[in-house]
Amino acid sequence: MKLKDKTLTLEGELTKFTVTASLREFSQFRNETIGKIDMKKVTFADSAGIAFLDEIYLSLGENSPALINMSNEIDNAFKTFSSLDIEKVVVKKTISIFEFIGNGFYKWRNSSKNAIYLLADIFYWSFVGIFNKKGQRKGSVVQQSLFIGVDAFGIIGLLSFILGLILALQSAAQLRQFGANIFVADLMAISMVTEMGPILTAIILAGRSGSSIASEIATMKVTEEIDALKMMAINPIRYVVVPKFHAITICIPLLVTASTIIGIFGGLIVAVTYLDLSAIAYFNRVIDVLTLKDVLVGLGKSYFFAWVIVIIGSYYGFNVKGGAEGVGKVTTQSVVASIFWVIILDAINSLIFYFKV
Amino acid sequence: MKKAIISVKNLVAKYGDKIVLDGVSVDVYPQEITVILGGSGCGKTTLIKNILRLYEPYSGSVKIFGKEVTGMDEPEYDEILSKIGMLFQNGALLNSISIFDNISIPLEQHTNLSAQIIEKMIRVKLNLVNLGESASSFPSELSGGMKKRAALARAIALDPVILVCDEPSAGLDPLTSASLDELIKKLKKLLKMSILIVTHELASIHRIADRIIFIDDGKILFTGTLKEAKMSKVHEVETFFRVGKFD
Repeated sequence: MKLKDKTLTLEGELTKFTVTASLREFSQFRNETIGKIDMKKVTFADSAGIAFLDEIYLSLGENSPALINMSNEIDNAFKTFSSLDIEKVVVKKTISIFEFIGNGFYKWRNSSKNAIYLLADIFYWSFVGIFNKKGQRKGSVVQQSLFIGVDAFGIIGLLSFILGLILALQSAAQLRQFGANIFVADLMAISMVTEMGPILTAIILAGRSGSSIASEIATMKVTEEIDALKMMAINPIRYVVVPKFHAITICIPLLVTASTIIGIFGGLIVAVTYLDLSAIAYFNRVIDVLTLKDVLVGLGKSYFFAWVIVIIGSYYGFNVKGGAEGVGKVTTQSVVASIFWVIILDAINSLIFYFKV
Repeated sequence: MKKAIISVKNLVAKYGDKIVLDGVSVDVYPQEITVILGGSGCGKTTLIKNILRLYEPYSGSVKIFGKEVTGMDEPEYDEILSKIGMLFQNGALLNSISIFDNISIPLEQHTNLSAQIIEKMIRVKLNLVNLGESASSFPSELSGGMKKRAALARAIALDPVILVCDEPSAGLDPLTSASLDELIKKLKKLLKMSILIVTHELASIHRIADRIIFIDDGKILFTGTLKEAKMSKVHEVETFFRVGKFD
């Protein structure tokens, strides 16, 4: 690059590999007066090279130089790749605080309305689906029950056992001080049946089945499978959601029962090895202390937990936006929301039984 | 005789036990538009994905710029990839970022150009594919044809030496398809690109092809110039150029 008699002479190839150095070299001439840019010795220019020429043009402001001695090839490249005539697209994205609040309220209202419609649809079609299997894939309830119930049994069983051990161990030290060893059985029975069994099962199902429901439906939505079902006059809720709803309704009492029993067995290990209780005394106490109400409360609320997981998973799945990233986002959101609502429902349930019963 | 820019020898590709490409040998020459033709499932996309190492070939040799790429180290192969642009069949844009950001990826990853130069290059490329006003849009906000054009803008962002297009005209209206062909021809001329295209569109082939590779059932039936293809006595090739359909 040379500047002589107000003419800047460029040489060689102007490509993505050379323009950074050329820009650096040009900076020394930035304050000079340049009348012409001689392109005679430029042998090739790609789009980066032309962007470099545009940059020279713009940096010289109103005194833009003339390009001279351009070969046809370079001239064509300049006409194709020059950005000088392309207007910048300015995106206005700022909104006022009132717009922001209004938008937020409007979105909240719409999403609440959609969630209520979905809830009604799921309950309606799940009820209808008990008597009329039309619009559902054959064997889908069994398949979903295997996934939601059988496949989850191992992890729920293991965690319940460990939780039972921990609960018993934490309380054993306190009970021992007062010679109240036998009350470990009361603690294990009541806490596992009314609280820990249902909530632990629900949280594992929210992480395992809730995420799977949300991601499956979201993927079907972004790949237009849901639209395809609609075009075949198949109700997507009936086809996709109802089998999951039925399966979780069948599996949840079994899983909660299994979790509770295994957790109580975890407590037995501590009672026998650490508190010197016999297994018979432990189980007799467990049976004595439990009432039918405790069992029904534990199982009853677990149904609400299960339905919340399916409804939230489906809601987020159907409301996915974008592609792969959207699927990941709604999956995470559905797990967080499911766990949140499970705990809220549990709190409401506890308050109702604390005051009323 | 010209030296091939891509040279494939005895390439075998398999899906499980099924042989999809059976001893394929083809050459792609510099500054030519080579069209790969063949019926559905004959192995066209598999061939380009094996050439570009998106699938690992079962056996055979693939040379790009005279270098054997099968088994080549990743950093060395990345260097080769920076000179190749690929337009996927469904665009394959990253949905989580804007069109502008999609196109900036190769420029930021493979060059040390300044932000101003990159911005200018992106605007020009978007303008070339008539998407000047969609820079800040996200892929999910674009139609199928627009996504494909945006994907082409990303493929040519680095002014690649080789451009590979998997069915660029599929799903596009005839006018857009014709303008895309014109753009591809222009790019070949201006940037001295070598272009490898998989397409079924007879009109498009007549407009742009310099050389034809005809595949059937994983085997090469014909290779030659467009003129030779039109006069070919190979039954499948002759039928395709006569009625525009695969036999």
